[in-house]
Amino acid sequence: MQNALDEAQTIVLLGGTSEIGRAIVDELVSSSTRTLVLACRRPDEAGAERFARDGLNVVVEPFDAAATETHEGFARRLAAEHGDLDVVVLAFGVLGEQTEFDDDPGAAAAAVHVNYTGGVAASLAFAGVMRRQGHGRLVVLSSVAGERVRAANFVYGSSKAGLDAFAQGLGDSLAGTGVQVTVVRPGFVHSRMTRGMKSAPFSTTPRVVAELTVAGMRKGKHTVWTPGILRYVFSVLRHVPRPIFRRLPLG
Amino acid sequence: MRTDDTTPGRRRLLAGWGRANPTAATVRDVEPDELAAAVKDLPARGGIARGLGRSYGDPAQNAGGHVLRLAPANDHVAIDDDAGTVTAGGGVGIDDLLAILVPRGWFVPVTPGTRFVTIGGAIASDIHGKNHHREGSFGNHVTRLRLMLADGTVVDLAPEPAPGNDHELFWATVGGMGLTGVIVDATFRLIPIETSRMSVETHRLGHLDDVMDRMVESDADFRYSVAWIDLLARGKHLGRGVLTNGEHAVPDQLSPTAASDPLAYDGRQLVAVPPVVPPTGVINRLSVTAFNEVWYRRARTGRHVGVESIPAYFHPLDLVGGWNRVYGRSGFLQYQFVVPFGAEAVLRTVIERISAARLPIFLTVLKRFGAGNRGPLSFPMGGWTLAIDVATDRSGLAPLLRSLDDLVLGAGGRHYLTKDFHMTPADVRRGYPRLDEWRAVRDRVDPGGAWASDLSRRLELTD
Ligand SMILES: Cc1cc2nc3c(=O)[nH]c(=O)nc-3n(C[C@H](O)[C@H](O)[C@H](O)COP(=O)(O)OP(=O)(O)OC[C@H]3O[C@@H](n4cnc5c(N)ncnc54)[C@H](O)[C@@H]3O)c2cc1C
Repeated sequence: MQNALDEAQTIVLLGGTSEIGRAIVDELVSSSTRTLVLACRRPDEAGAERFARDGLNVVVEPFDAAATETHEGFARRLAAEHGDLDVVVLAFGVLGEQTEFDDDPGAAAAAVHVNYTGGVAASLAFAGVMRRQGHGRLVVLSSVAGERVRAANFVYGSSKAGLDAFAQGLGDSLAGTGVQVTVVRPGFVHSRMTRGMKSAPFSTTPRVVAELTVAGMRKGKHTVWTPGILRYVFSVLRHVPRPIFRRLPLG
Repeated sequence: MRTDDTTPGRRRLLAGWGRANPTAATVRDVEPDELAAAVKDLPARGGIARGLGRSYGDPAQNAGGHVLRLAPANDHVAIDDDAGTVTAGGGVGIDDLLAILVPRGWFVPVTPGTRFVTIGGAIASDIHGKNHHREGSFGNHVTRLRLMLADGTVVDLAPEPAPGNDHELFWATVGGMGLTGVIVDATFRLIPIETSRMSVETHRLGHLDDVMDRMVESDADFRYSVAWIDLLARGKHLGRGVLTNGEHAVPDQLSPTAASDPLAYDGRQLVAVPPVVPPTGVINRLSVTAFNEVWYRRARTGRHVGVESIPAYFHPLDLVGGWNRVYGRSGFLQYQFVVPFGAEAVLRTVIERISAARLPIFLTVLKRFGAGNRGPLSFPMGGWTLAIDVATDRSGLAPLLRSLDDLVLGAGGRHYLTKDFHMTPADVRRGYPRLDEWRAVRDRVDPGGAWASDLSRRLELTD
């Protein structure tokens, strides 16, 4: 159970190696936190030591976002083993190369499967656990790439657009159940995922995303833009006519 | 087999008085004769009794399970004028009880700072009043209680060891936060009164030392004693406060008009906080500094003696309905702890740290407890107790409270479970060394874990 200061006792990170996810965990872990589950495809890369501290049980679990049929059993097992799940951060996802996707529809479908289908299945599985337990916070990492999809990464962008829309609807459907969904829309984040890429305007870091996410969760926000200015940038960009949008230098 | 209960539409969000962290449960209003059926019907996540929801934290919430609200059943009040006792249902409120008792010349043995608590809630929290230094907590006055167990049977319990009486279960229930069963009804001793008024002596004191010295000196002379402290005062004014000592007034002390009806009682609310308060609340350093100044100045310098009504003396906050909304949407918590006598230096350090943190705190209560009772989870023990209300959205609050926790627990003190909403399982084990003794009794009467609450999960009291 969370306490009145929004300190979680049990935290689950789906996509345990995600830099943004781990930065969010850093912000969430407090002296009240008892269990941290790092769920990832390659458990040997989980780097659990980074979170080691007295009184905190760090558990590494194999988890494959693409194996959607396993998600529900996984969520139930975690609850059975660790008690109520206070916060679940859904941070897995693949970016991919748009040029590769252009030539390989199968690879594009696989990426969309992880980002969208996997996100849908995992969110519903964990939301189900939280609804039954009567409380919980689900954090879904979306992206501004889904807010208005660009030619440079439209496969990725469309998968995030789908996930974002799904998570908004999920949040609304959970009103009154004690479960809160926070959708996070980071802009360009300097991280391993984007290494070597040209930085976009208003770029940010995992730490800043994490701080804003946790502050937003505590205020009960449904959507968190990081940095916050992107909310206003995109309220304009959303309405820019396509011929112009196409030519904008958006990285 | 007990199952999940997620029937749509049945769940409701519930929070404690502090309004922080609501969770969803199935709330059932039950008449006394429906209670056994409701207990048989508990889902996998169990059930918990709820009174009037005046606990600040999460003891009367049970996310994902059932919350049983006992009907007030005011017809279940029987006064024994000869014995000076009353028997009342667990769902009966002290508010209703006072309206019946006071005109007949009786007063409840212990009343908290609000009348809107039930007898069940009073026993489950083993509440204390301003008379603890003399008369102990509520449980000290209970002569008999009936408890519904997890299997639906009702047991009769008394405090003293006797053949056929499970006195261990009695004391595990006093302060047991509803986790041993549902208190169906209880019999407890009353205080005889001649008037419905209080004779009150007020002292305005300029510094913490003065407040504490004066409390030590005057404590034994008064039945009721409490101090308010200005936690925004600093430097040489650190801990300035107003001490109020009280007694039930005798007819001679009343004005001629009042004396014509010495037991008249009126517990109505005067105003209510409007339902719309800005999301950030209206409690801030500015408003609280102003309030504290007025409150401090309102008490005249030196000693002042006057006559007040029962609501004005015991339940001033009740005059404003729904005042808990003024803290804004993220809610507030009450930090209440006790440190044993001898740990005055720790109390002073705590007050210094709170004052240094400049938190906008207007509700503070400092009291001296007499000896504790036999309840393993009962909060009071001989020492100083401080309670402060603080909004939960203050940055830096978590580390501040942690540092205070360490001081309190290090001094052999503890925190009040009915107010708690931030502790960890380890903190409770330090503060309540008899927890295992309590758990043994509880496991005996509820082996299947039918009773559960957000509090019991958060603090791992029961599993
Ligand atoms: C303004 C204010 C001032 C206060 N001042 C004081 C004070 O001076 N001293 C003090 O000690 N406390 C004080 N309190 C706290 C209050 O007295 C306790 O929290 C009390 O237990 C609330 O009673 P309730 O009926 O509202 O119970 P709830 O808050 O609904 O429940 C509290 C606990 O009692 C249990 N419970 C309720 N009914 C039953 C039952 N029938 N059988 C078994 N368990 C039951 C619940 O399961 C829960 O664990 C104050 C609270 C407020 C809001």
